[in-house]
Amino acid sequence: MFGGGGRKPLDYDELNENVKKVQYAVRGELYLRASELQKEGKKIIFTNVGNPHALGQKPLTFPRQVVALCQAPFLLDDPNVGLIFPADAIARAKHYLAMAPGGLGAYSDSRGIPGVRKEVAEFIQRRDGYPSDPELIYLTDGASKGVMQMLNTIIRNERDGILVPVPQYPLYSAAISLFGGSLVPYYLEEEANWGLDFVNIRQTVASARSKGITVRAMVIINPGNPTGQCLSQGNIKELLSFCFQENLVLLADEVYQQNIYQDERPFISARKVLFDMGPPMSREVQLVSFHTVSKGYWGECGQRGGYFEMTNLPPKTVDEIYKVASIALSPNVPGQIFMGLMVNPPKPGDISYLKFAAESKSILESLRRRARLMTDGFNSCRNVVCNFTEGAMYSFPQIRLPQRAIDAARRAGKAADVFYCLKLLEATGISTVPGSGFGQKEGVFHLRTTILPAEEDMPAIMSSFKNFNDSFMDQYDDGSSYSRM
Amino acid sequence: MAAPSVAVDNLNPKVVLKCEYAVRGEIVMHAQRLQQQLQTQPGSLPFDEILYCNIGNPQSLGQQPVTFFREVLALCDHPCLLEREETKSLFSADAISRATSILASIPGRATGAYSHSQGIKGLRDAIAAGIASRDGHPANADDIFLTDGASPGVHMMMQLLIRNEKDGILCPIPQYPLYSASIALHGGALVPYYLNESTGWGLEISDLKKQLEDARSKGIDVRALVVINPGNPTGQVLAEENQEDIVKFCKNEGLVLLADEVYQENIYVDNKKFNSFKKVARSLGYSEDDLPLVSFQSVSKGYYGECGKRGGYMEITGFSAPVREQIYKVASVNLCSNITGQILASLVMNPPKVGDASYASYKAEKDGILQSLARRAKALEDAFNNLEGITCNKAEGAMYLFPNICLPQKAIEAAKAANKAPDAFYALRLLESTGIVVVPGSGFGQVPGTWHIRCTILPQEEKIPAIISRFKSFHEAFMAQYRN
Repeated sequence: MFGGGGRKPLDYDELNENVKKVQYAVRGELYLRASELQKEGKKIIFTNVGNPHALGQKPLTFPRQVVALCQAPFLLDDPNVGLIFPADAIARAKHYLAMAPGGLGAYSDSRGIPGVRKEVAEFIQRRDGYPSDPELIYLTDGASKGVMQMLNTIIRNERDGILVPVPQYPLYSAAISLFGGSLVPYYLEEEANWGLDFVNIRQTVASARSKGITVRAMVIINPGNPTGQCLSQGNIKELLSFCFQENLVLLADEVYQQNIYQDERPFISARKVLFDMGPPMSREVQLVSFHTVSKGYWGECGQRGGYFEMTNLPPKTVDEIYKVASIALSPNVPGQIFMGLMVNPPKPGDISYLKFAAESKSILESLRRRARLMTDGFNSCRNVVCNFTEGAMYSFPQIRLPQRAIDAARRAGKAADVFYCLKLLEATGISTVPGSGFGQKEGVFHLRTTILPAEEDMPAIMSSFKNFNDSFMDQYDDGSSYSRM
Repeated sequence: MAAPSVAVDNLNPKVVLKCEYAVRGEIVMHAQRLQQQLQTQPGSLPFDEILYCNIGNPQSLGQQPVTFFREVLALCDHPCLLEREETKSLFSADAISRATSILASIPGRATGAYSHSQGIKGLRDAIAAGIASRDGHPANADDIFLTDGASPGVHMMMQLLIRNEKDGILCPIPQYPLYSASIALHGGALVPYYLNESTGWGLEISDLKKQLEDARSKGIDVRALVVINPGNPTGQVLAEENQEDIVKFCKNEGLVLLADEVYQENIYVDNKKFNSFKKVARSLGYSEDDLPLVSFQSVSKGYYGECGKRGGYMEITGFSAPVREQIYKVASVNLCSNITGQILASLVMNPPKVGDASYASYKAEKDGILQSLARRAKALEDAFNNLEGITCNKAEGAMYLFPNICLPQKAIEAAKAANKAPDAFYALRLLESTGIVVVPGSGFGQVPGTWHIRCTILPQEEKIPAIISRFKSFHEAFMAQYRN
């Protein structure tokens, strides 16, 4: 049975089943098809992933200046350096180099450079009004690595369940599959602006428990991905109370906290709400909060910079998490510096402040306009209904597919929204991710696109979409009225 | 309210119980405490600095980065520089042209964008060309996965290969404990094969075969063989015939060969050279279909020592398309590795050539570092061998010495009384007397009843005499105290 010849260890059948179960639609079928078409010469607009710089958003100037100087410290010795770098960038480069003995080329502390973690703690304190401990902040190669580490630490076996919103960013479902746990879905209510329904959530938890699942943690993405909703303080309070009652650790994915496009519900962190609630909850509820340099108005996805902050985790648990972090040696140092710069940006009075503020403002205001443009554009299309993108970077329109389209999809061996998105791609070059990649209610179909294409390209993109959608609906609509299931 | 959801007694047991990583373990944490003590109470300890010889982290101990590489990276980080006249006087011409061509290969020149999940195509092309030029056998950009250091690639392969606790991975003992930790984290079985200290840490195929058969007889399905060449912590460079035997062994036994080659540029002896396992396999006439092989390389070691950048790649050959799709899928969940690391990997595999503007200074920097490493390796090896009860194999390559310390029985008993492994006890005493931080051999695995420490060769050359003399004083006092 064992030994050479015949069956090989890396035959497909011999792979870890958990790996085979993993799905990650963001770079799945649609993206691969789009890449093929691109190679054949078709112009593709990639709206499958929140990757601002790939769609023309420029990096902020100040951080790039600082990191370039840190990368090549010999520049700091050159008498002419002041001709091409502003004095505050030069000072800040020296500040980070002083924090990182050995410079950018040495492994740092496995938790990240202490000085940067302190900057993160100070940022959190300014943002929330409560002190934050740098010892409980770990920098990671992107927020995703932090999410993976936490889920790997929590999930013991297939009976450990993690509550995940549906629709969700499929990192969560992928990680749960990889680590052999159980995904316990809780549905966001599309008609209530993707709101939380705690009656349903309680039922979901009870049902999971009755099947022998131990529900350990709850994921909340705020602002939401793909759904974009911004939670109110009341929502978050309810969430935390729920976690307290049900003994769950709350995993708060807050990577889009800078991306807010309405004024009714500004971002409020789960940690702030928790501490506002006071004891006993503020001392009992376990919380892990995630942030990144990839989103916001920075969009520095390629740097792989992120952190997580632990609240109310027992010291021995923190030790175990430290152990796992130490096997990876250290997060990349340039990414750590980007994080330091993001939480500690130029201030009024700094030489680079005006330019930095102008660049940031321009990006955020444009995102706000594009969020509106896209939502309105989708809502003006036949059989398409789209909640407003209150935050994050995505639009998640519901496509009311006619029965004949659903049947045609089935005959083509594809999920109905995959079928629609493939046709959209082939007709227009717009590469989206079908809603099934994020989860949705049975029989309800969506696609996710980003709001990231350049503002000047938006009208053409929306009109191209509308034309495609019109002809698709002409082709498949049977004319009977469509009722929402 | 019930006990907290996330407490140590309900964490993933693979993390809590099984997984250890001594390179940054207990001794290092103690050293950090002592370092703080030196700052707050100077003069309170018998030494005035902590010397971290526990980790292969060259630039933390003063090794300088290669100038050309940093020039290119700085220009890629801030491409606006390329539009300025002043840049020409601050950067070398070939760094400017290399940065320009790298940026041209990145869609939109956007170094801040997520790339293809295997890494930027143009950079993979450059790496494939570098591999082909090194080996004399072609390499394919599609076989390359750029990762945040070599370690994530190792984890990916363990994840793919290990289905349950009956899946075994053959690992050298002593080994770099990433392997044992990763196998534990993924719930598999480590099947040890012992390197032979008396023959310069030689690898005997007969021992390999014996371990394999033992494991199989216990119901373990052995799936892969890890070989670290040059070795860590052991520093040996495999002879080509040895490598050929290993390749044949893997083919005959149906094992995936996982070749950790991160120290390929760290060779300190003239009678050995680095041969990649891919080159050895192809030279034997084995094509892709004959042998699934994963080769790991990193930007952290060599003469470039860019640990903090987290750059590396794995080259996978001999895998079917459905399996490659699975590897791609797992890579895609993390989207991509950091772009700076990707660029650096392409530079490491494609450094300046004869005739390039930076070649002379690049070569001088490279040779300077490698020759200094060779001198330090020899100086420390000789020093260890001159101490009572210590024998130390030569470091033919890599960055470490792994001396064998014959601990007297009294010391072993004192260690037991202190509830420590004897080599950990020794290492702790060494730290407290001298400030020198090493990793106990038990962190790497060793033949039971033998004791070692792993010490890097990385402190700056001018510090080596003081390290040697402090070590000597400590060791003589230790032996005087515990000699039988």
